[in-house]
Amino acid sequence: MNLATAATDTDLAVRGGVLGSPRLLAGPGGDITESLASHLDRLGDPLGAVGTTAPRELIQRIRASGLRGRGGGGFPVGEKLAVVAAGAGVGNRAVVVANASESEPASAKDRFLLSVRPHLVIDGIEVAARAVGVRQAYICVSQRSEHAVFALRQALLERREARLLPVPIEVVLAAPTFVGGDETALLNWIAGGAPSPTVVPPLPAHKGLTGRPTLVQNAESLAHLALIARFGPGWFRRVGTEEEPGTMLVTVSGCVTSAGVYETPIGTHLEDVLEASGWSVETEVILVGGYFGSWVRRQDAREMSLSRASLASCGASPGAGVILALPKSACGVKETAEVVDWLSAESSGQCGPCVHGLSSVAACLAQLASPASARRADLGRLLRWCAEIEGRGACRHPDGVIKLVRSCLQVFATEVEAHRSGRCLGSFEGWLPLPATTQQVR
Amino acid sequence: MKSLYLHVNPITCAGHGLCAELLPEAVRLDDWGYPIVDPSPVSPRIQGHARRAVAACPTLALALRSAPARGVTSPQRGES
Repeated sequence: MNLATAATDTDLAVRGGVLGSPRLLAGPGGDITESLASHLDRLGDPLGAVGTTAPRELIQRIRASGLRGRGGGGFPVGEKLAVVAAGAGVGNRAVVVANASESEPASAKDRFLLSVRPHLVIDGIEVAARAVGVRQAYICVSQRSEHAVFALRQALLERREARLLPVPIEVVLAAPTFVGGDETALLNWIAGGAPSPTVVPPLPAHKGLTGRPTLVQNAESLAHLALIARFGPGWFRRVGTEEEPGTMLVTVSGCVTSAGVYETPIGTHLEDVLEASGWSVETEVILVGGYFGSWVRRQDAREMSLSRASLASCGASPGAGVILALPKSACGVKETAEVVDWLSAESSGQCGPCVHGLSSVAACLAQLASPASARRADLGRLLRWCAEIEGRGACRHPDGVIKLVRSCLQVFATEVEAHRSGRCLGSFEGWLPLPATTQQVR
Repeated sequence: MKSLYLHVNPITCAGHGLCAELLPEAVRLDDWGYPIVDPSPVSPRIQGHARRAVAACPTLALALRSAPARGVTSPQRGES
């Protein structure tokens, strides 16, 4: 196990911004960690607001809000709470795990949120713990930001002293691997094992940490949950879309003047988000949804808004809210090939189709990325591999990589053709951040 | 006869390939020797062969179950 390679946050200059009226980022501006005093002054005691509300009622309130998970899966939070609560009972208490492992290299929103509003995330954990009847909670936090870890631990100390921590929360540093962010891998890691996924079913909600019903919820989702507990589902639905209410955090990077984490209502035009972050005329394509995401051409981005429904029209999804702008000068095939190579090395090494399939796909894409070798690349075989690998891993790692490869072949079809006739229209500029590949942790 | 479906546990499967040898009607191997199983119900005609393939799997990765194999892309899967 090699934990020394965990990089600190130097790759992403993290600053915050808002579009519309902020919710999570309301309060003190800048990148200041909000103190407990300021948090209570602004929002009051979280569990005081929940009062004597019965857990069942609390879950109903979350369900009515329509909140969906903000970690990439987009599963309704209320439904998950209900499943966990139903499975828990005497002698089989549930566990709550906040996922702030944020293993996606181009995302910084969970670390940023913990850095500036740790108490909001803690509130969310406490409310969720109340809803599903929990005595122990965990938060798994990325090692990439010392600031976030520090802010979280300080906040927990403040809460303990103020006796505002009814359910103890243990801080666990996330495994420095990409696959470590998967729910089952996360639970294995917390239990002291390797951060490798296991086969589902059983789902963690049924049988998770030490066999208990386990609620694994993204840190941002929990922060929203804390606000819903205070202000109600009606308030929550005032912004966003009917299907996907609320605001979301997005991490914007690439060739923009103001890279950073933005809070924006769901359904905001993609162009408005890029406008706010100062995208340049040089931007040609955008990576939406992170490394399991899709490339979108600038002209197509005009039609789209930041929601699952809108992005689905071009096969994309907001994922964990990653938006990365690529300039004209960069070659999308080369940039993607580097990422795919990195992702294939990040396989947890358990499933044959992932281990062998992804490395073959990565090698073929690397061939296509260079005009010197692109002619020799077997495109038909690459597409067959994509179809055969999909759905055959224990986790969604292979599926996510295949999605990115397909999107690359489709959106950069012109570039691929140019490579095959021996020319390249751009160069490798390394816009997509790639942490040092971690020595395999098994 | 009730419908039965083939399931592969991709973690325990080591690509021995006996399943494709014993049940070519429903299992083929990918370019690296790992099984790709037919997701439709196993035809009653070959259920006996399917049971034999399950019993022969050296890593107990192959199973015959009454529920269809779940896609890993179900919404409850992955990061919260």
